[in-house]
Amino acid sequence: MNLYPVRAIYMAEMARTRRTLLQSIVSPVISTSLYFVVFGAAIGSRISEIDGISYGAFIVPGLIMLMLLTQSVSNASFGIFFPKFSGSIYELLSAPISYLEIVMGYVGAAASKSILLGLIILATSGFFVPLQVAHPFWMLTFLVLTAVTFSLLGFIIGIWAEGFDRLQLVPLLVITPLTFLGGSFYSIDMLPPFWQGVTLLNPVVYLVSGFRWSFYGISDVSLAASVIMICLFLAACLATIGWIFRTGYRLKP
Amino acid sequence: MNDAIIEIRGLNKTYRGGFQALSRVDLQIQRGEIFALLGPNGAGKTTLISVVCGLVNPSEGQVLVDGFDNVADYRQARERIGLVPQELTNEAFETVWNTVSFSRGLFGKAPNPAHIESVLKSLALWDKRNNRLITLSGGMKRRVLIAKALSHEPRILFLDEPTAGVDVELRREMWQVVRELRDNGVTIILTTHYIEEAEEMADRIGVINNGEIVLVEDKHALMSKLGSKQLTLYLNEPLEILPSALDRPELSLSAEGHELVYTYDGHQEEDGHGIPALLTDLEREGITFKDLHTRQSSLEDIFVDLVKERA
Repeated sequence: MNLYPVRAIYMAEMARTRRTLLQSIVSPVISTSLYFVVFGAAIGSRISEIDGISYGAFIVPGLIMLMLLTQSVSNASFGIFFPKFSGSIYELLSAPISYLEIVMGYVGAAASKSILLGLIILATSGFFVPLQVAHPFWMLTFLVLTAVTFSLLGFIIGIWAEGFDRLQLVPLLVITPLTFLGGSFYSIDMLPPFWQGVTLLNPVVYLVSGFRWSFYGISDVSLAASVIMICLFLAACLATIGWIFRTGYRLKP
Repeated sequence: MNDAIIEIRGLNKTYRGGFQALSRVDLQIQRGEIFALLGPNGAGKTTLISVVCGLVNPSEGQVLVDGFDNVADYRQARERIGLVPQELTNEAFETVWNTVSFSRGLFGKAPNPAHIESVLKSLALWDKRNNRLITLSGGMKRRVLIAKALSHEPRILFLDEPTAGVDVELRREMWQVVRELRDNGVTIILTTHYIEEAEEMADRIGVINNGEIVLVEDKHALMSKLGSKQLTLYLNEPLEILPSALDRPELSLSAEGHELVYTYDGHQEEDGHGIPALLTDLEREGITFKDLHTRQSSLEDIFVDLVKERA
């Protein structure tokens, strides 16, 4: 393991974040604030409490998850797609670095950015609703695990994508619907029994549920199920990336 | 003595879709030389470099870099190599300094601002160090790519079409940089289709065509073996036919007898039939001339002949 290349990639990616501060940090914060205004204040005041939590507070973990998933995927996918698109990836492929070091650099940077963003959104939400974090350790664990897992997924998408349209495809068609239908804005108890069953097939449900538990001690599924699901997902992403680098899929002709 | 820094054995590359870009390539690059790989577009030059540098997976064969297998011992093999690609690819919004420093880190070396500074100065990029790449001219971007490749102090430098789209002055400057690198012991492999470049720079020349190495030869040996020279004498009085004393295959008349053309390759001198003998014969026959012109066939002529022959 050589840490210089990891550091070089990490710092270059973080520098890109700083250059594009507006898109990277400010715009997700603004859009989350809009959710609070619309769902939390305007609509939420007409929705009764869920498990003793006001609706505005109830959606905080879900909103953070929504941003965490979409931003992790889009950051990490863009980070590796751009050198592929510009051709500067030749340098990465010809450098004396292992696959693990490449992934640590890119995914580490994307995940750091998402975690930072998650914490900023958490702080922002404090302006709108009273905050309460029952299990801070688990909250951070879920935050980090989710950011890393979905940054890995984004990295895979970035390698798979052959154009900007495909780069947008998965976040738009898969991640956003799964998050919206994953209990970000409601408790799955509120659904008819059949749809409750269907919802349990959605991996995001387990993430949102576990994350919400770390805030309020209430959850749709058990904590163990949440932890197992996210670890499975993490393992699947790691295995896919291992396969990509072994075969040179979409990287080396 | 065999002191190969790169050894390529039995390399084959067939791309998905069936195009065979390299076919049974065996090649040795000697330590410290400048090796020019010549070939027409699509001959396999870039594929060959890409396999050595790890950008393309070979279908078959092995590459040793300073004794290290470029797949099994990729770290040792790759840290010795710097690659300057053909395309001008850059992170457009980075500054020169940052992108060159990034390359050094990527190749696993501790930061060394003094080295980066000397690389930038040697490439006349020092004044531009805080400029974003997008603001640089094409020639400057090319130099940045060279600076990136040199940032980690490689022992071997690959230059893929280094002077494509570069003006004459800059080309000469780059040749100077390449020579200085060679003087510092860096082995240089350049591909080019500017034959003038190979002729000017290279110690040895390899010709590749249709994925096969057609020939590898010392430049001077190649030029004396395959090249020829011509001496044209502009006669005072036109000749109808050559006098019998001058009737030999190397001599011919052109321009309706106004010009006498002597074609030779250097061996005639040894046999005693060289230019001095010709001039003596002319004097004896009373043939006088007002001017003369000599011409040496260039590497380009040789190259075109070689590629045409095999096509």
